Amino acid sequence: MAESQIQSYTINFGPQHPAAHGVLRLILEMSGEVVDRADPHVGLLHRGTEKLIEHKTYLQATPYFDRLDYVGTMNQEHAFVLATEKLLGIDIPIRAKFIRTLYDEIGRILNHLLNVTAFIFDVGGMTPLLYGFEEREKLMEFYERVCGARLHANYYRPGGVAADLPAGLLEDIAAWCETFPKVLDDIETLATDNRIFKQRVVDIGVVTADQALDWGFTGPNLRASGIAWDLRKAQPYDVYDQMDFDIPVGKNGDGYDRYLVRVLEMRESVKIMKQCIAKMPNGPVKVEDNKITPPRRSEMKTSMESLIHHFKLFTEGFRVPAGEVYAAIEAPKGEFAVYLIADGTGKPYRCKIRPPGYVHLQALDMMSKGHMLADVVSNIGSIDIVFGEIDR
Amino acid sequence: MSFLDRTARAFLLTELVQGLALTLRYMFKPKVTINYPYEKGPLSVRFRGEHALRRYPNGEERCIACKLCEAICPAQAITIEPEPRDDGSRRARRYDLDMTKCIYCGLCQEACPVDAIVEGPNFEYATETRAELMYNKSKLLANGDRWEAELAFRIAADAPYR
Repeated sequence: MAESQIQSYTINFGPQHPAAHGVLRLILEMSGEVVDRADPHVGLLHRGTEKLIEHKTYLQATPYFDRLDYVGTMNQEHAFVLATEKLLGIDIPIRAKFIRTLYDEIGRILNHLLNVTAFIFDVGGMTPLLYGFEEREKLMEFYERVCGARLHANYYRPGGVAADLPAGLLEDIAAWCETFPKVLDDIETLATDNRIFKQRVVDIGVVTADQALDWGFTGPNLRASGIAWDLRKAQPYDVYDQMDFDIPVGKNGDGYDRYLVRVLEMRESVKIMKQCIAKMPNGPVKVEDNKITPPRRSEMKTSMESLIHHFKLFTEGFRVPAGEVYAAIEAPKGEFAVYLIADGTGKPYRCKIRPPGYVHLQALDMMSKGHMLADVVSNIGSIDIVFGEIDR
Repeated sequence: MSFLDRTARAFLLTELVQGLALTLRYMFKPKVTINYPYEKGPLSVRFRGEHALRRYPNGEERCIACKLCEAICPAQAITIEPEPRDDGSRRARRYDLDMTKCIYCGLCQEACPVDAIVEGPNFEYATETRAELMYNKSKLLANGDRWEAELAFRIAADAPYR
């Protein structure tokens, strides 16, 4: 029999594949079962968020940020309100800063819980996903109690937050902080040392520190490669400079390290949440300037001046002085940033969103080259991508 | 971990047995799932669900067609046409709410100066056709009449924070 030459062939992965974490479409060039090239096709969830924001007032634009990374939603709003506040040149009340920090960390745990457990699910372990969702449910209840929605919060506002924490909420969050580490221990018991899990993730998708920097990695993916870079420490916003926490750093930059860094980050987040609750000051939760934040409803109904402010704010919004600003926060997935250009009117002239997932996705080709087809799934799970923010 | 220790653990399937023991323990724990249509999870007074137009206790509709909700709606889901009524008061002739456009951000109820449009506690309003989700004024007022007791309670309970 004559020797036959195996030709590389192309397969289409997604966009409806359950392991594609949303609507990722990958064109995989395979030689046998080894990946030669992984070409991500993005844009299937494109909604034109950036363009839409140009036609919305600053108050109307915040809900759009919930819909980017819809796993831990308030963190995205944070970048936008920080950018707006920088342009306005205002400082928000200290209680609002603590509330934001607290809810940023809840968002981080929401995100990491889903990512870590879905990652384990991608490589074959189903049980942690069920435990993770139980905890996510409790966290989403905390979201719901403070803002009225489980996911699309619309809670952070330029100048503070929408409403104060309802009575009893802090006690419940504190109680949850006590029970959560045990659940995390259970998830770790099932996965961390498990040989089946380790066979699928150790030394898969290795990204060295240099490669991570070259490809623009941020967040847990960068830290797993051994670089201790965290915007919460490097350029603290709100009250992160008053918080005592550590940055978990990986060593090898493989899928297993990315998993471990996320699990440890959840433990650090619980630490930050406890500190927020312990130190939570009293006081107003939004700037008491009715040119920027709406007056209290009771005032609005009795005072003519407040009613005029109310009408002005909800029709034309507040004017933001002309200027450009870049505001970045440490979102659960990495550096999420908003580049805002204001032209002095009530609407942004341009709002560029820098999603971390987009940058991480471009490295998928580098990470998957030479690996097996099944490792592509593990790589997608480990870099933590959500298509709401990539396609935006 | 010494070589001997590691080998022993690997041969005895320690981590697998630990995992299985854990899942077995969970089997005997009380279940966390709820039997949905009969049991429901808790909702706070701030929950933003289906919209309703409220009335004053004397039966007069609250909405004065000021169009603040129409102006603030980021999804442009609300359409209002005002008209002067026979008694000279300004009321909405048309109040249309496209529930398929609505993003449930809650800005309409924040903007409303008379607490007329509110997002209520109801989240079970799935329909069989798309057309049924194009709410008009009578549908919204009917929602308001149906949920009024709860809506009034929710607004009173959350008033100190607003």
